Amino acid sequence: MQKQLLLGDEAIAVGAIDAGISGIYAYPGTPSTEITEYVHSSKEAQQKGILASWGANEKTAMETALGMSYAGKRAMVCMKHVGLNVAADPFMNAAITGVNGGLIVVSADDPSMHSSQNEQDSRIYGKFANVPILEPSNQQEAYDMVHYGFELSEKFKVPVLMRITTRLAHSRAGVGRIEGRKQNDMSLPSDLRQFVLLPAIARKRYNMLLGNQSGFRSESASAGFNQLIDGPDKSMGIIACGIAYNYLMENFPQGCPFPVLKIGQYPLPVNLVENLADTTEQIMVLEDGYPMVEELLAGLLQRGIKVSGRFDERIPRTGELNPNIVARAFGMADTHGLPSPEIVVGRPPSMCVGCPHIDSYNAMNEALLDYSKGRVFSDIGCYTLGALPPFESINSCVDMGASITMAKGAADAGLVPAVAVIGDSTFCHSGMTGLLDAVIAKSPITVVILDNSTTGMTGGQNSAAFGRVKDIVTGLGVEPEHIRILKPLKKNHEENTQVFKEELAYNGVSVIIPTRECIQTLNRRMREKFKNKAN
Amino acid sequence: MKKDIILSGVGGQGILSIAATIGLAAVDKGWYLKQAEVHGMSQRGGDVQSHLRVSENVIHSDLIPMGQADMILSVEPMESLRYLPYLHKDGWLVTNSKSFINISNYPDIEKVFAEIKKIKNHILIDADEIAAGLNAPKSANMVMLGAAFAFLGIERNYFENAIRNLFGRKGEEVVNININAFNAGVEFAQQYIKK
Repeated sequence: MQKQLLLGDEAIAVGAIDAGISGIYAYPGTPSTEITEYVHSSKEAQQKGILASWGANEKTAMETALGMSYAGKRAMVCMKHVGLNVAADPFMNAAITGVNGGLIVVSADDPSMHSSQNEQDSRIYGKFANVPILEPSNQQEAYDMVHYGFELSEKFKVPVLMRITTRLAHSRAGVGRIEGRKQNDMSLPSDLRQFVLLPAIARKRYNMLLGNQSGFRSESASAGFNQLIDGPDKSMGIIACGIAYNYLMENFPQGCPFPVLKIGQYPLPVNLVENLADTTEQIMVLEDGYPMVEELLAGLLQRGIKVSGRFDERIPRTGELNPNIVARAFGMADTHGLPSPEIVVGRPPSMCVGCPHIDSYNAMNEALLDYSKGRVFSDIGCYTLGALPPFESINSCVDMGASITMAKGAADAGLVPAVAVIGDSTFCHSGMTGLLDAVIAKSPITVVILDNSTTGMTGGQNSAAFGRVKDIVTGLGVEPEHIRILKPLKKNHEENTQVFKEELAYNGVSVIIPTRECIQTLNRRMREKFKNKAN
Repeated sequence: MKKDIILSGVGGQGILSIAATIGLAAVDKGWYLKQAEVHGMSQRGGDVQSHLRVSENVIHSDLIPMGQADMILSVEPMESLRYLPYLHKDGWLVTNSKSFINISNYPDIEKVFAEIKKIKNHILIDADEIAAGLNAPKSANMVMLGAAFAFLGIERNYFENAIRNLFGRKGEEVVNININAFNAGVEFAQQYIKK
């Protein structure tokens, strides 16, 4: 079969379709979004009856996938690295329950924080949960690893974590497919108490998980994704994890003179690491993300073999790797073109022309002129760009849903009024529970739910809030006269500003819902409508 | 043979359509390809770039090493200069002269052109005007691709096939419009180099 040009994300999606998943669950988040999007729009997946579903958040997605696994079918769940924080509870406990049908958890990390608020390394979560981790170095491996990952998951009845980074997720290359596999039939776990984590059962399950560790290590040594490649120069051995291997080979096009241990699967294959350490004088570790392998090898006292990498600053402590960083780590000639001329200025992302958030911020800013600055807590979405000029409207962006709860905490401390700004999708993701806290405490906060009817920042996936924000807010107990729906348009500016002023003055929970569709999804809908008409 | 190309522009300008065309042509010729794209927040009007690598041999890194790019192909003039640290000293800078101004401190355009003209191998082309002249205002990116054609090491028929593949769905007329735009870019570049 001819190779298809696929993003790393898409290679995982195609792998999942071919490996016989019955469902894929996710909450959108860069750089993971395209996995689920691919399955969502794939005709092949539709023909096979594969369910592709956006959950309200990563935790609901993970739990739904675990439920599908309980019922014997293969499931995949995808998220960005910080999404795994949200799903950490089911993730950690799924390692204890184990699985029935195969379960792969994909977490896409973002070293260098291209589109994220931190650069946490999901491999640490895999180690935390004591589950096997797969880390592909290229698109083909990403595809192949999905097949293997499901086999591994079902062999040991354990969830498998697949960790990728932005560079692989959003880079395209040729991928060859193998013959697909049928979906599993529904079948319940042979022990119907497997998933009941009462302490007595949980202790037993935890011991089983720990008992499987040596099996995981044997798999790591034999599955073929970890390879020890010998080299003539034994003055140094190299451990290259995931895509770091590519940057190494980019610098040694004729072949690396040092022995190299290419890592794509964890826990680390102890025998291969031992072999490398025994035959070389020191070890250089190349890994994208945290110096996890480096720290394991060096140990706290660093009394064993000398280990080099991010800790001894041969490689910068933060940020993603690239071919130049790796060249410098080896003391090789670094290449560089001309510097960028001084007249080149930054071009930060900005809200789109016609974006409803612009009108919402303009009205809010004017209403807030009556108060001192620094009282607006925001959240994660396109509206976070409101931190930049010309708006400079917001004072926080921490994690999904934190706007409402931080506003409540600040109000508790005496900052009145405190304002929360959150999007409709983020509100459903993690804002609802915080609003309930505020309602129960009658907090003097104004919550602005920017309802653009979509998950805008990640490209317009369906929002769980669609058409029901007002009902949810009402149901949580916000007083109906303090739920204000307005249309953020320039011509309504005066009127909207007045609404903001009134609710800021109210000494209790009020919710303002500026409602107008995202300009991107609106344009897309119009284009499609036009196209259908033309046909 | 290998070609490492930095594609640049502003989020929303559609640099990925150029990348897709070169990619299809290269793969059709039997070459390997790796193409790193920017998704996410930057697509909202920020600066965007794509590392496109095509080669007869296996490609390792998804990223082009600094100072090693054979070409910067930019649909916006100031953005072409942002990536000079990637360009090899013998590499080509091919850029649209039509500016995209969505920031208040955009530099004087004449100064931008002066910096571009300092680069030994450069082509400065008003792709938007050429496309408009062909009654194909949406095909400026194919004009840009045409302007870059001579330095890509891939024969013309592969590009025509690629354009046919990409636009075939939209009908023969759209295919021809884009092939014309591509040809106009090729023609312009030939004249530009002679000057």
